[in-house]
Amino acid sequence: MEKETRVLDEVTIRFAGDSGDGMQLTGGQFTNTSAAMGNDLSTFPDYPAEIRAPIGTTYGVSGFQIHFGTTEINTPGDHCDILVAMNAASLKVNLRSLIDGGIIIVNTDGFGDKNLKLAGYTQSPLADDSLSKFQVFQVDITKLTNLALADLNLNQKVVDKTKNFFALGMMYWMFNRTLDNTIQWITEKFEKKPELIEANTRVMKAGWNYGETTDIFAVKYDVKPAPLKPGKYRNINGNQATALGFVAAAEKSNLPLFLGSYPITPASDILHELSYFKNFGVKTFQCEDEIAGITSAIGAAFGGSLAITTTSGPGVALKTEAIGLAVMTELPLVIVNVQRGGPSTGLPTKTEQADLLQAVYGRNGEAPVPVIASSSPSDCFYGAFEASRIALKYMTPVILLTDGYIANGSEPWLIPEAKDLKEIPVKFRTDPVNYLPYMRDDVTLSREWAIPGTPGLEHRIGGLEKQDKTGNINYEPENHDKMIKLRAEKIERIANDIPLAEVEGDKSGDVLVVGWGGTYGTIKTAVEKKRKEGKSVTHLHLHYINPLPKNVGEILSQYKTILVPEINLGQLIKILREKFLVPAIGLNKVQGLPFRSIEIEQKIDEILGGKK
Amino acid sequence: MSTLVNGVINKSTVPSVKYTAKEFSSDQDVRWCPGCGDYSILAQVQRVMPDLNIPKEKIVFISGIGCSSRFPYYMNTYGFHSIHGRATAIASGLKIARPDLSVWVATGDGDGLSIGGNHMIHILRRNVDVNILMFNNQIYGLTKGQYSPTSEMGKITKSSPFGSVDMPFNPAALALGSGGTFVARSLDRDPKHMQTIIKRAAEHKGTSFVEIYQNCNVFNDGAFFQFTEKETKSDTVVFLEHGKPLVFGKDGDKGIKLDGFSPVVVSLKDGSHSVNDLLVHNETDSTLAFILANMTYNHDLPRPVGIFLAIDRPRYEVEMEKQIDSAISKRGKGALEKLLNSGDTWVIQ
Ligand SMILES: Cc1ncc(C[n+]2csc(CCOP(=O)(O)OP(=O)(O)O)c2C)c(N)n1
Ligand code: SF4
Ligand SMILES: [Mg+2]
Repeated sequence: MEKETRVLDEVTIRFAGDSGDGMQLTGGQFTNTSAAMGNDLSTFPDYPAEIRAPIGTTYGVSGFQIHFGTTEINTPGDHCDILVAMNAASLKVNLRSLIDGGIIIVNTDGFGDKNLKLAGYTQSPLADDSLSKFQVFQVDITKLTNLALADLNLNQKVVDKTKNFFALGMMYWMFNRTLDNTIQWITEKFEKKPELIEANTRVMKAGWNYGETTDIFAVKYDVKPAPLKPGKYRNINGNQATALGFVAAAEKSNLPLFLGSYPITPASDILHELSYFKNFGVKTFQCEDEIAGITSAIGAAFGGSLAITTTSGPGVALKTEAIGLAVMTELPLVIVNVQRGGPSTGLPTKTEQADLLQAVYGRNGEAPVPVIASSSPSDCFYGAFEASRIALKYMTPVILLTDGYIANGSEPWLIPEAKDLKEIPVKFRTDPVNYLPYMRDDVTLSREWAIPGTPGLEHRIGGLEKQDKTGNINYEPENHDKMIKLRAEKIERIANDIPLAEVEGDKSGDVLVVGWGGTYGTIKTAVEKKRKEGKSVTHLHLHYINPLPKNVGEILSQYKTILVPEINLGQLIKILREKFLVPAIGLNKVQGLPFRSIEIEQKIDEILGGKK
Repeated sequence: MSTLVNGVINKSTVPSVKYTAKEFSSDQDVRWCPGCGDYSILAQVQRVMPDLNIPKEKIVFISGIGCSSRFPYYMNTYGFHSIHGRATAIASGLKIARPDLSVWVATGDGDGLSIGGNHMIHILRRNVDVNILMFNNQIYGLTKGQYSPTSEMGKITKSSPFGSVDMPFNPAALALGSGGTFVARSLDRDPKHMQTIIKRAAEHKGTSFVEIYQNCNVFNDGAFFQFTEKETKSDTVVFLEHGKPLVFGKDGDKGIKLDGFSPVVVSLKDGSHSVNDLLVHNETDSTLAFILANMTYNHDLPRPVGIFLAIDRPRYEVEMEKQIDSAISKRGKGALEKLLNSGDTWVIQ
């Protein structure tokens, strides 16, 4: 039977199953193939918080969502159009993210009595009419997988592990994807186990053939390539991008890279990534706690390294006193906070933006620190690079904010040429004549970096107030006042050295939506939608939060209403109100989840009232 | 790796001319209370420095907060007076980043064992090559006299008007228990001994932990007088010397012998024992080191002073450099272009 092919602009698929079902791998393969076929896309993994949750339970469900299309894709998708559910629990957990009329493909073997009970169903959702809003396709994936491998005499455990490839094969068929990329991957991955190459490939093809030959699927879909900028791409998540950004900054400043860190979700992957880059001379020091993480980095910075420390909110709380030390000793240092749900231990695996005020203000004394926020997975690369540049040029600690959403989410990244990345010029002081540790550059106000090992520059620094120029301990009132103001001005002057903020939309109008950090893609999607409807809505996304770009006040004054969506109770909005005395409106939701663009659209509609 | 750092630092490992002690004193006024034991420690360190034959610019003193932690300001070397308790962590980072430096920590009983206790045990276990001088005055000096984690039980201070009820640390035992490879004790009022110990600590490859009994004449005057003053010293202190029997007492009339695992005092005068019966110190024997360290708060025994243990074990910063070297020889020196282009890539025309 010749099947109908429908062309779609964009689709969101969610693969869901038990943590042991290999859904991350399935999603990852679908992603790589779709990327190679030229779609724009954005993905998000949804891991269970428990490490080895009991099989079949709702808290053991692992999901992977991919949003891909012919058009520009900025988020992993508010909802999914297609849900692949390998068992009852994964259906239960993920059903609410499926759109009305959406497609469900279930592995019927995952809906036996035991699985239903573990998922908390009193009767099978496949048997009653609870799924009547959706198109449900029931496939006994387990049985079909077993059949496909019947003659190979494999151990049942091995067979069970391949059934995700059946689901993948079906989806490849449904979306007209090539199997070649995954076959190549399987061949490389199992190079030393030919029986697994055979089994996985066979099961995937069986899934593809099942779609092609059986009657249950009448329609297949085509999602044509997106008009992406030409060039070489790779898929990257925020934590990988952050790690690469630091390696690049170290290369471009010709400094050794030192990371002091203590594992914490969702930041640990930066430590993992950097630990692997030993051949770049990267030194990663897994410390006894976060305080040692930052103080060891301060020690390395004193010695002339590009020093960084990576953590999440609770870790920043512990590092606070030491950030003050780096402010006082004016040493370069980057602190990365991959934000998660708080307060306290909070929601370790969920995302949030509630550490902004901690970053900007959360220290004893007047301790100004530059704060930068990355807006998407690949933007973390540039965030890390820029944070390093500012730290080195201004001899200051810099805080880089990312969050669990962009840290784990991934997107295609147009790989920059290493030679196109700007050099970060660093000059150590070597001349012993007239050296004073706290003499400052006229323009940047930064002091010179004089590292141990340099003859004639022996000097002492520390956390006690410094005398202007000499850096000797000094408690005089006028000197303290002067130093407080100098340190503040040094950070303020960074505004002269960062790009002006740019809006996406009109130079003036009804609504300006101001965001920061990981909400970029969602706000952009919402604003573009409203603009297509002819509404006067513009997007301003802030990458530099302290200091703010010099034109932010001017921009804010050009719009009737300012809307600030944040995954907190209103933190950037406090800063904007305080600095520019603007009556901004907040949109605040703190569920440990990213915004959905529809929520922002609705708020914009509400602001615009009846105005069409 | 040829980095900017390598471009500016002095590569030579010996000074061109031998320094004098005076060259190690900075231009800062020393601000400890007159009579404080810290003066003696400063003087001994400055005296030993020239003998170490290390270029001055290669030496770094790092401290936390406390009277003792003022130390780096008075040394004409590189120095870092940091925040309370963190000197050992800063020193670890510096030494790992810059193995070419001679890194020292000056800390107190509060700074090193209370707020900084965690970093202390971990630097010892990692055996980072840092020399730690722990000024033990059994009190918080800088904050004006609260009891510390080494104060004896029942200590009456402003914060313990009815006597402290917590058991003190035995620093030497703590350091040994943490895997310390060089553990020693010395006395502020015994300059010669202190010089010897500091020199040995400097020469040791790995973390050196030196506890120095230091008199705080303002808030805990005389805490160690029984061990440091002429009248009592010979009966209350036994000096540990490698390969020598543990003899003490006015005319060497007493000794320590092992009764099972327990050290006991025996008389060398009453004819019951001779020097041959005594315990002979071996600073490479870690079991013995524990036995000796545990003599510390036993009032029937003299206080052991000297080197408890000095053994070799791999150093963290050396092992890390080895891993880097091996990664470079296996995978080639990292190239940024290649790294950025790693993983699954695809081209959009
Ligand atoms: C975070 C922090 N907590 C408390 C203090 C106050 N403080 C400074 S020094 C000190 C105790 C110092 O005792 P010790 O290390 O024994 O040094 P000493 O003054 O006896 O040489 C305390 C509690 C501080 N500076 N910082
Ligand atoms: S308070 Fe005690 S330890 Fe501090 S300087 Fe004075 S005598 Fe020395
Ligand atoms: Mg003390």
